Amino acid sequence: MALQKVVRSTVLNAPIQSVWAILRKFNSHESWHEIVELSRIESQQQDSQVGCIRAFRLKDGNFVREQLIALDDHSYCSSYSIVESTLPISNYVATITLKPITDGDKTFWHWASTFSTPLNREREFVSLIAMSVYEAGFRNLERYLTFGKESRRSSEFNNQSLASSNVTKGRTVRISQYGGPDVLCPMTEDIGPPGRDEVQIHQRSIGINFIDIYLRRGWIPSMFTLPGTLGMEAAGTVICAGNEVTDFLPHDRVAYMSPTPGAYCTIRNVSKDHLVRLPPEITNEEAAAYFLKGITADYLLRDIGRIRAGARWLIHAAAGGVGLLLCAWAKKLGMQVIGTVSSDEKARVAREFGCEHVIVTKTYTFASHVKKIFGDGADVIVDGLGESAFRENFESLAPCGHWISLGQATGLFQSISTELLLSKSATFSRPVAFAYVATQKQMSVRAQRVWTALNDGTINAPPIERHSLESAARAHERLESRNTVGSLILIA
Amino acid sequence: MVRIYVSSVIEANAGSVWNRIRDFNGLPQWHPLIADSRIENQQPADKVGCIRSFHTREGGRIRERLLGLSDYEYTCTYEIIESPMGVSNYIATLKLTPITDGDRCFAEWSAEFDCEEDIESVLTNQIAREVFQAGFDALKRHFSYR
Repeated sequence: MALQKVVRSTVLNAPIQSVWAILRKFNSHESWHEIVELSRIESQQQDSQVGCIRAFRLKDGNFVREQLIALDDHSYCSSYSIVESTLPISNYVATITLKPITDGDKTFWHWASTFSTPLNREREFVSLIAMSVYEAGFRNLERYLTFGKESRRSSEFNNQSLASSNVTKGRTVRISQYGGPDVLCPMTEDIGPPGRDEVQIHQRSIGINFIDIYLRRGWIPSMFTLPGTLGMEAAGTVICAGNEVTDFLPHDRVAYMSPTPGAYCTIRNVSKDHLVRLPPEITNEEAAAYFLKGITADYLLRDIGRIRAGARWLIHAAAGGVGLLLCAWAKKLGMQVIGTVSSDEKARVAREFGCEHVIVTKTYTFASHVKKIFGDGADVIVDGLGESAFRENFESLAPCGHWISLGQATGLFQSISTELLLSKSATFSRPVAFAYVATQKQMSVRAQRVWTALNDGTINAPPIERHSLESAARAHERLESRNTVGSLILIA
Repeated sequence: MVRIYVSSVIEANAGSVWNRIRDFNGLPQWHPLIADSRIENQQPADKVGCIRSFHTREGGRIRERLLGLSDYEYTCTYEIIESPMGVSNYIATLKLTPITDGDRCFAEWSAEFDCEEDIESVLTNQIAREVFQAGFDALKRHFSYR
């Protein structure tokens, strides 16, 4: 692809030292260039450190990360390249050179770059860079030199006001006592500014999980005290961020899963450690519907199940949010899958999503059927059923099999004894997704695998059932009715 | 090693200014300090390696060799072979750069040379003002009267 070249130059009515004092600071464009809405140097590096990266948001919503690749105070020269951008520009390298104009104490400023664009969009980007970035930049810096900081119209976006100090009002769904769906009460709440390492998110879509129901019923009081707000995951847009947050900027689209409940609301402050930036191809609704569930499928298959081709998996609630993702992904990775569902309609959907064998049962009887298909039983059981299906699950387990208790929809296990496991040399685990995304690195790697699998068709996106935040109680009723297929989300 | 750097902005596009200064034998046509000039051995004035021999208005004779000429970069580099100034290893570059936001160009004239320490500041001043800046001033005058 042919490289495009842009060169622009001007004369500034200021001595070279004052111009260079501004331009040598890699993050200064936030103060003087109007196209830049907000910019940060990543990872607490200095802004004159060669190799540092500035992450910035343009007024039009585009996001760019640029790396300083050369800085020379002797020849007044700085070069940088784009390392990531929402604009389809590649191989972008730019150089700024200043020269003194000795007969007037002015400064000659030369700004040049080369880059590639998609075919037939050369003019568009050449003109964007030449005019909106370089020429506008010349005028903006000239004004900045004359009038100082006040010259920027958007003074609301300076560093101090990154985290708004204002208290905003939002809607939330509060619970004051454990119980049925009717304990979910929508109300208005005050939201303070985000903490130093927090990001304030305008939530658009909120994921509903079975754990929400367990918490509402008061089954895990250690995780959820009253009064409180349910919800482990949501997706939306960054409103503002605390001072220690360098990786997220206002208007970034993000999703999070947090071990601290509280997602059933419109605006929430969330620790940056639980956040991932969303790729353009994943909508907020998809993120809320498949984030925690997709990551659950990911660690079940990769970490606990260790992806053994031919392994025999028994997956309960196969038409549920996790179930459909898990069936589809397990099948693609070469495993044999039996799913259990409670209706013929769900059986149809489960089959459509890659579940080879479907057992329809409303009474949690499936062991003999499983053995008919798998011989001596299942190597792995993904069990969200709990106490009522305890015996049947144990019966279905092959020797040396692994029983994963993901949830206990029918009631908590009364007892599970080591003697019982011993009789089949079985293993048992009770995992929780948050332990598998303890670091931001783990979270982003797993999230990326889920988005990629959804995007490239490795797994089909399960159906999404939408409810408004205000009718969260109705959504819970639906999930508990066992009549839903796929994922449920709340729209804020 | 002494270094001189003089720069200016001339209110004409780089192409026009280049047309006026490109001729290695053309100093008398645009530089007020120079009285006459000829190229030795009947060589063309844009042949890299040619030597110009000229007199200043004060009568000093100077011989300079063309070391580089770029119509693309608007750059001319030359060295002094012979002069009454008492300099050695004298290499100078005259360069124009377009200024894209207006019909004007950025002109730079720089030189590096060796000389006796006691004449360094006088000589530096003299070359910077009477040769380089005076040349730019003449160009500025010329292009502002168009």
